[in-house]
Amino acid sequence: MTYRIEGATGEWEVVIGLEVHAQITTASKLFSGAATAFGAEPNSQVSLVDAAMPGMLPVLNRECIRQAVRTGLAINAAINPWSRFDRKNYFYADLPQGYQISQLYHPLVGEGAVEITPDDKKPDETKVIGVERIHVEQDAGKLMHDQHPTMSYVDLNRSGVALMEIVSRPDMRSPAEAGAYLAKLRTILRYVGSCDGNMDQGSMRADVNVSVRRPGDEFGTRTETKNVNSVRFVMATVEYEARRQIDVLESGGTIVQETRLFDPDTGTTRSMRSKEDAHDYRYFPDPDLLPLVLDQAFIDECRASLPELPDAKRARYEAELGLSAYNAAVLTADAETARWFEVLVAESARRQGKSESDVARAASNWLTSELFGALNKLGRTLGDSPVSPEAGAELLALVGDGTISGSIAKQVLEKMLDTGDLPGVIVERDGLKQTSDTGAIEAAVDAVLAANGDKVEQYRGGKEALFGFFVGQTMKAMQGKGNPQLVNQVLKAKLG
Amino acid sequence: MRDLTDLGLAAIRDGVAGGDFTATEVAGAFNAAVAEANPALNAFIVTTPDHALAAAARVDAARAAGQPLGPLAGVPIGMKDLFATQGVQTTAASHILEGFIPPYESTVSQKLWDAGAGMLGKLNLDQFAMGSSNETSAFGNVISPWRAEGETAMRAPGGSSGGSSAAVAARIVAAATGTDTGGSIRQPAAFTGIAGIKPTYGRCSRWGIVAFASSLDQAGPMARDVTDCAIMLEAMAGFDPKDSTSLDLPVPAWSAGLTDDLRGLKVGIPREYRIDGLNADVAKSWDDGIAWLKDAGASVVDISLPHTRYALPTYYIIAPAEASSNLARYDGVRYGLRDLPDHAGLQDMYAATRAAGFGAEVKRRIMIGTYVLSAGFYDAYYTQAQKVRTLIARDFDAAFGEVDVILTPTAPSAAFVLGQKSDDPLEMYLNDVFSVPASLAGLPAMSVPAGLDRSGLPLGLHLIGRAFDEQGVLNAGLAIERRAGFAARPGRWW
Repeated sequence: MTYRIEGATGEWEVVIGLEVHAQITTASKLFSGAATAFGAEPNSQVSLVDAAMPGMLPVLNRECIRQAVRTGLAINAAINPWSRFDRKNYFYADLPQGYQISQLYHPLVGEGAVEITPDDKKPDETKVIGVERIHVEQDAGKLMHDQHPTMSYVDLNRSGVALMEIVSRPDMRSPAEAGAYLAKLRTILRYVGSCDGNMDQGSMRADVNVSVRRPGDEFGTRTETKNVNSVRFVMATVEYEARRQIDVLESGGTIVQETRLFDPDTGTTRSMRSKEDAHDYRYFPDPDLLPLVLDQAFIDECRASLPELPDAKRARYEAELGLSAYNAAVLTADAETARWFEVLVAESARRQGKSESDVARAASNWLTSELFGALNKLGRTLGDSPVSPEAGAELLALVGDGTISGSIAKQVLEKMLDTGDLPGVIVERDGLKQTSDTGAIEAAVDAVLAANGDKVEQYRGGKEALFGFFVGQTMKAMQGKGNPQLVNQVLKAKLG
Repeated sequence: MRDLTDLGLAAIRDGVAGGDFTATEVAGAFNAAVAEANPALNAFIVTTPDHALAAAARVDAARAAGQPLGPLAGVPIGMKDLFATQGVQTTAASHILEGFIPPYESTVSQKLWDAGAGMLGKLNLDQFAMGSSNETSAFGNVISPWRAEGETAMRAPGGSSGGSSAAVAARIVAAATGTDTGGSIRQPAAFTGIAGIKPTYGRCSRWGIVAFASSLDQAGPMARDVTDCAIMLEAMAGFDPKDSTSLDLPVPAWSAGLTDDLRGLKVGIPREYRIDGLNADVAKSWDDGIAWLKDAGASVVDISLPHTRYALPTYYIIAPAEASSNLARYDGVRYGLRDLPDHAGLQDMYAATRAAGFGAEVKRRIMIGTYVLSAGFYDAYYTQAQKVRTLIARDFDAAFGEVDVILTPTAPSAAFVLGQKSDDPLEMYLNDVFSVPASLAGLPAMSVPAGLDRSGLPLGLHLIGRAFDEQGVLNAGLAIERRAGFAARPGRWW
């Protein structure tokens, strides 16, 4: 669906491009051996290189390059076998060298693409967002303004940490598309393992480029809102910026190309600096580093090391496991969820002696509707679920072989979440096994029919809808443990 | 007892190893010579007699214990104050680093200590190695031990390694480290009648050397003769994984390979170096050099290096461009000088610190470098300069298809009087006209003493070799050294 913003003078279209900074998951920094752990004591992870001591030199961490190449391959991007690092020169207290080592002229990764599903409810409606390039660069340190009344302190722990800058084409046309792109990118990075995607820890953040235009017109002047650190905030930035720009244009103003900041408390953006005060970064090739030359064997090794990626997995879930498009999308949105699901399916198939495709649908339904709902109520996720996929498979097998009914399974799940006990133990201990004892069922049915003589009359008089009532009463009398099929059978026989 | 400071590096090492004298005696003699001469020469920014004595004591103990001795065991040297030395002030001759004591040791200095050398002190230089006369040092200029005949005017020791050249020439160190970006080893060596070699770019690790222009900076030895240079370079060179531009090649045994038998060797004489108005004494010494190399068995051919005249302007774009970025780290935030005016913000602190900390020449080069890298000028200057640099390197490639070594003068004149050129940067930059092309091409090049000019001041001859062929350069240098018979020494006026 085409997204349009209604202005006072007509319809507007918003054009969005994202520059996503993703911290590469490695033990050490891009050009030094210092550690990269989040939340360490200030200045405890700073090498002589990171502090830019006189005479210190950068040495490239190959693992960072490997992860960036794998990321590029995961979005079907061209890998440039020859790339180079440039210095981006500017003065700031969090930038010890006085320059950031980045890649302007010859990035590591070229053109690629990310397929998004802007609307969760419409999993079949997809759009391809172009990625212009991915380059590798150093992060800066952090200023701390709240430590001293008149001075600012500097924490260099982040100084030199490896980032990928993933630059999209201006291909997004709505807040939902921008949000979906960022979410999908995060999914891919987590699958690949090149970035943990923890936006609240700053591992991933986006510079949001927004402009507006009349549909069909040339691109308008854009603003760049820096360091937006959640999917929701990216969407809010787009919404606010588009509306602000339309208001400016419709009241006769012009948009200034500028850098802006997003304020999460108010959901608004404000100007940080205009193009006129923009730095002249004086980019030039870093003479301390040789050009980065990759051979085909290295690129092949990177490709071979990639896991099954979300789009491929989703297609397989639909085609081979027979999942609904919705379930396939939900279960592949996160690498950890997919892993959990796959263990659940494999274990279910093993326990039930069936093929994966025979058990997958039931497993996916149980996971998406039962377990997700239950975890949600507890404020938990699969990551800290008290129920393991193996335990889930055991529960599904108990339903599958008729040991317990579907409704008992819900009770068992609640107890599993509560106690962490295995379902077999709970069923045994609490006597939840389904009763297939015909005598017991007949007795229960007899009692129900005897107690509801009027309804038996009505049923026999043609009100067949009452059958469900008798089933319910019987199950209730048997505390839900009656084998539903046998209960049906006996009821049918006795009601005639 | 003879004066141990008369001995060069090889003689000291052999004498210590042979038990003729102890390393401690040697260190003591040089420490005394330094203490006596330095007030006059200002060659050292700081002296470190204890470092020299401690290294000597370790050598003497090792010898007494019968342990093997390093290739520089017992040799006291001077360390250019561009090399970070752990626990010893390292300034690059700039106020901005005054008082800076590195918690680390540069790779090259560490290798020298590991080889058994000791440090007499940190040698003065042009500030951040930017200069050709040592007049840009924040700690006062070095005075050359050389004086023209019948004169007392103070002469430049050359630059930027002017403390090194003066100290070696005055024989108050057995040898010294230098660094060379556009001629900073070779020109001062020529000015002071000593030998100095800039090896192939990447031979010596740059780790721990205060950076001037990263793509050009190379460390090398400055010593009394070619043999001492070869021995010392062996100790300084070698692959260093901490420097990405370091050459991952074994270090040849240059000293063992030394020979002045040049039969079969072809020496190129580049016509473009015969510049208009070339000093007659320099021209004569060049001719002498040709004759000596022929005498050693080499054949001499004229060659052309057509882009030579663009070398100096190219250098003065690339080197300042890199310097403007390399020197950005001296910002008053983490170490070194901080000038924090009242109520100053960050930008004010930067401005005040850098205004107070950097000297005029450093500021000039930072401004040139900033300019040539700025938007709108980058392509016209920096990109163009890189292209010319490639053409200059190709000139050499083509020439080395034909010849093995190239002979030129090291500098356009002998040492000038201090102050004579310091007001005219362009005049000063011309000092590097013969040395800069080899720097741009990353080639090994050395200066050897060739004689005295008519006023009694030393002149140097300059040998440029193929990449990695330090041996060819050293051998041709040895041939000249043996035939020049350079035995002149500066009078001891201090």
